[in-house]
Amino acid sequence: MQIKSLEELRKIKEQYKDRVKLRSKAETSGEETEILIGMATCGISSGSRETLNAFIEELDKEKLEDIKVIPVGCVGYCHSEPTVQVNIKGQKPVLYGNVKKENVHELIEKHIKAGHPVERLILSTDFETVE
Amino acid sequence: MNVLVCGGTGCMASDSEKVIKNLELIIKARGFENEVQVVKTGCFGFCEQGPIVKIEPDDIFYVRVAPKDAKEIVDEHIIKGRKVERLLYHNPEDNKKVSKQENIPFYKRQLRVALRNCGFINPEDIYEYIAAGGYEALGKVLTKMTRDEVVEEIKKSGLRGRGGGGFPTGVKWEITKKQEDETKFIICNADEGDPGAFMDRSILEGDPHSVLEAMAIGGYAIGTNKGIIYIRAEYPLAISRLMVALGQAREVGLLGKNIFGTDFSFDISIKYGAGAFVCGEETALIHSCEGKRGEPHYKPPYPAEEGYWGHPTCVNNVETFANIAVIINRGAEWFASIGTEKSKGTKVFALAGKINNVGLVEVPMGVTLREIIYDIGGGIQGGHKFKAVQTGGPSGGVLTEKDLDTQIDYNSLIEVGSMMGSGGMIVLDERDNMVDIAKFYLEFTMDESCGRCTPCRIGTKRMYEILDKITSKKGTMADLDALKQLAYMVKDGSLCGLGQTAPNPVISTMKHFWNEYLELVKS
Repeated sequence: MQIKSLEELRKIKEQYKDRVKLRSKAETSGEETEILIGMATCGISSGSRETLNAFIEELDKEKLEDIKVIPVGCVGYCHSEPTVQVNIKGQKPVLYGNVKKENVHELIEKHIKAGHPVERLILSTDFETVE
Repeated sequence: MNVLVCGGTGCMASDSEKVIKNLELIIKARGFENEVQVVKTGCFGFCEQGPIVKIEPDDIFYVRVAPKDAKEIVDEHIIKGRKVERLLYHNPEDNKKVSKQENIPFYKRQLRVALRNCGFINPEDIYEYIAAGGYEALGKVLTKMTRDEVVEEIKKSGLRGRGGGGFPTGVKWEITKKQEDETKFIICNADEGDPGAFMDRSILEGDPHSVLEAMAIGGYAIGTNKGIIYIRAEYPLAISRLMVALGQAREVGLLGKNIFGTDFSFDISIKYGAGAFVCGEETALIHSCEGKRGEPHYKPPYPAEEGYWGHPTCVNNVETFANIAVIINRGAEWFASIGTEKSKGTKVFALAGKINNVGLVEVPMGVTLREIIYDIGGGIQGGHKFKAVQTGGPSGGVLTEKDLDTQIDYNSLIEVGSMMGSGGMIVLDERDNMVDIAKFYLEFTMDESCGRCTPCRIGTKRMYEILDKITSKKGTMADLDALKQLAYMVKDGSLCGLGQTAPNPVISTMKHFWNEYLELVKS
């Protein structure tokens, strides 16, 4: 569909707003759980592709179908790549660092299924973002 | 419930081990050992307030916790659920107690403007960019603003070129706009070549649409429908994401003919650079775009007057573009409220070298190097001592301990003998030999010299040979003199920025670490 006016752009924005709403720090009105994986050069070179594949396989195996895996860019924490952000409806998004494919099972079991974030892998974020 | 206790070096030094032990003992004594876990974590990065204890899921953050405080934390907070007020962080600015980690001012040192979407949206999905407010600035510009108003807004914001030059972006747009020529071009300089710098790559990989949108805004302002992204071929992922983004933007009509139903049309093509450092210099970049050798020419004429195929051409850096949509959406006043008097907004830096938190940071102009290196960067690896930081890549210089409290902006860094550059920051510790560092950068510029002018072509080669002699401990005092003399000759006699700045690492290491040169000569 071609966007031909500012109104049409805003309509599309409304339509897709929920998709990114889950990600901004405080908003919690999203529909599903999503897993953001840092897939910039720094992430990929540290194994984020393997991590992403492991998530997809495991989610598939566990039949967790309403969970979206989304490749994103670099959040700047290159020292802790691969980075993974888990956003669950009604909870504050959690950013993990150094998530190798071996850690995927633990994240899914503990955080996504049981709701307990895996503290040892959590990165504290130190930035605010303009709206 | 989890009790997180910092087990970083700083906190361990201030007794966090004992805090953990006491917490565990008391929790056990009260019979809560099954419900409450004490977890030793990595550094919270807030060492001066250590030991740090954080209670989850309450998200309460205690500072300067002494071993004797363990009892009160367990009895009051864990059992009775009451915050221990006296252990909360005390904010000296407003004299209030802060209990949540994210509200502690330290944790907000970074401000993400150019990196706003990096890591938060799928770069290959235009709808996520739109959902995050994308293309609204373009819509506003095309339907509600005149070309002059756009230029004026960017001028008022105080945005300066983020590639390192620091030329006011709005002025560049204005000059290009004023030229009387039916054909003009806007070029995005994505030829990021400084060793250790990767800000632009991350923006293109994480948020390519922000650059496309800004190029269209710039195209409208200066009066062209042709944009070019000059990107180095070594960035294959960034290229492929740009391609996807271009395809999607054309599909929904945000690039192409009659954008937003107006009579403005705009499209962008991609040119690949072959990885020559000098092609980041705008005149060399334009030659390379034309298919000629990537050699600079003397300015004036500036590209804004006579650029790509002789037509007025506006060349802006990736990070500069990444700021444009935010300025349009939030207004020039807002942007100009961030930063210092002469440098507005934020700057992205790539931290590399002997620093704990290697990565990208985006900070308001005016923060100090110390804040970047210690507070955000987490200090020096392995507890070693800070020696120097190289800013501005091979064109910049080293800054030492005494410059750590300099507020960073374009002017202040030049005053202390370095430059902002594109944002690479390489941190060196006590184990690094500065003559080796100078030699490393000189080898780089020697390789990258295009050979057009003699001072740069031969001068950098001779300088490198002398440095090689010195580091092999065969140098003499006469060599040091010759090196110094040559450095100023190359600086003064070269045609373009590459040669004019190539001797900077030598000049600045000689100034700050003359002893290291002497030691190598004497031994």
